[in-house]
Amino acid sequence: MTGNELIDLEITLLMEGIYQVYGYDFREYSEASLRRRLLQWLSGSGFASLSLAQSQLLRDHTLFDTLLRGITVTVSDMFRDPAFFKAVRTQVVPYLKTYPFVKIWHAGCASGDEAYSMAIILLEEGMKGRFRIYATDINEEVIRKAQEGIYPLQDLQRFTRNYQSAGGKGSFSDYYTARYDHAILAQPLRDNIVFAAHNLAVDTNFGEMNLILCRNVMIYFKLPLKERVLELFDNCLMPGGFLCLGTKENLDHRKISDRYEAIMPRMQIYQKRYERSK
Amino acid sequence: MNDRSKTRFKAIAIGVSTGGVSALKHVLGTLPADFQTPLLIVTHMTPGSDDGLAVLLNTLCSVRVKEADECEQITPGTVYLAPANYHLLVERGGYLSLSIDSPVSFARPSIDVLFESAAEAYGPALIGVIMTGAGSDGGNGLLKIKEYGGIAIVQDPADAEMSSMPERALQLLKADYIVRLREISPLLMKLVRGNT
Repeated sequence: MTGNELIDLEITLLMEGIYQVYGYDFREYSEASLRRRLLQWLSGSGFASLSLAQSQLLRDHTLFDTLLRGITVTVSDMFRDPAFFKAVRTQVVPYLKTYPFVKIWHAGCASGDEAYSMAIILLEEGMKGRFRIYATDINEEVIRKAQEGIYPLQDLQRFTRNYQSAGGKGSFSDYYTARYDHAILAQPLRDNIVFAAHNLAVDTNFGEMNLILCRNVMIYFKLPLKERVLELFDNCLMPGGFLCLGTKENLDHRKISDRYEAIMPRMQIYQKRYERSK
Repeated sequence: MNDRSKTRFKAIAIGVSTGGVSALKHVLGTLPADFQTPLLIVTHMTPGSDDGLAVLLNTLCSVRVKEADECEQITPGTVYLAPANYHLLVERGGYLSLSIDSPVSFARPSIDVLFESAAEAYGPALIGVIMTGAGSDGGNGLLKIKEYGGIAIVQDPADAEMSSMPERALQLLKADYIVRLREISPLLMKLVRGNT
């Protein structure tokens, strides 16, 4: 067995152990990224190999938390891919407005940037008091941070630029208060978002949604897990509801494909058909 | 060349940065239509770019050029470009994956990320190429390709529009070939045919 194959084996064994001890299922994550993240964690951990780390990882929750952070944390931006958020504003929000109240699930919200972006759009489009965003992530620590809505001031310049190219109607500075080197997001934005821990690989149904936003999360999943998550989304979406994926993801050749119509193919915005085709 | 069983190489990975568009036009543009070995390419692009470069190269080249999709099976005769703002990785099952992990050496897509995952997936059946570019991305990845028994090709720094990426690679490893831009595609053809 080569050193490379040994590392593969160590990863398989560790992921199995983590699943049995902590209930986090990384067994169906794409190997290349997972491996990269694990080895990065290992290089800063002081352990010589994953096998040596394993004994302690399965017993020490605090140590496991550092690993979990290393393999699950992703970064985003407010209005990441401005063209996408512009499309949501112009093509999707008009549908949402026809409902008295809409529920939105942002699955894999990480630092909450895109959930806040969505809240800004809906407020600007006159939907105040008529929506709730459920923002979930596998990582509880990330959820706590997202809830605070505090960002380093240097990020705000980029967010402002994105907001403007996404068709923002106001002034982005209305949405935060700057304190020293940080900015705190305005309370009305946070009022409409419920943050919760949810694990797409093992947890189930989340209720009836009008829109599900899950961008650049499933790119880390192997096909069978991807299919299962898409089924889960399909079960949660009302007929006529929207599914929004990342710029480089699509619904081609998936089990649920024929139940959806790409309303803006290049933006990966799909609408669930009212009647189920066979 | 059509008989893939004859060739040792399953893929070619190319990293290029500043000056990359004209370098790629030249290398890909001179490959014949029946060139079967898939090429995986990272070129540093600004986050806002669309798939314009892939479309442009596809019209200029005989081989098929496209931007990589997530979970896409790697097929012969195809050139895959990493999309802007995503890392491109090779999975063991012969397909591609994308990630939005943090930039590596200030770059996303990063050449190192592609090369390291490709080295792990293909081992000695991989050719890595570093061409013109500023910065240091790609050196560690090319070293990994060498460590896994693959072939390392570096564009001669004197011939490169920007020499620092090739220079960095040459500091880290002993390249199998140091060649000028116009020699790269004939060399690739020779290597995949197996008569070197």
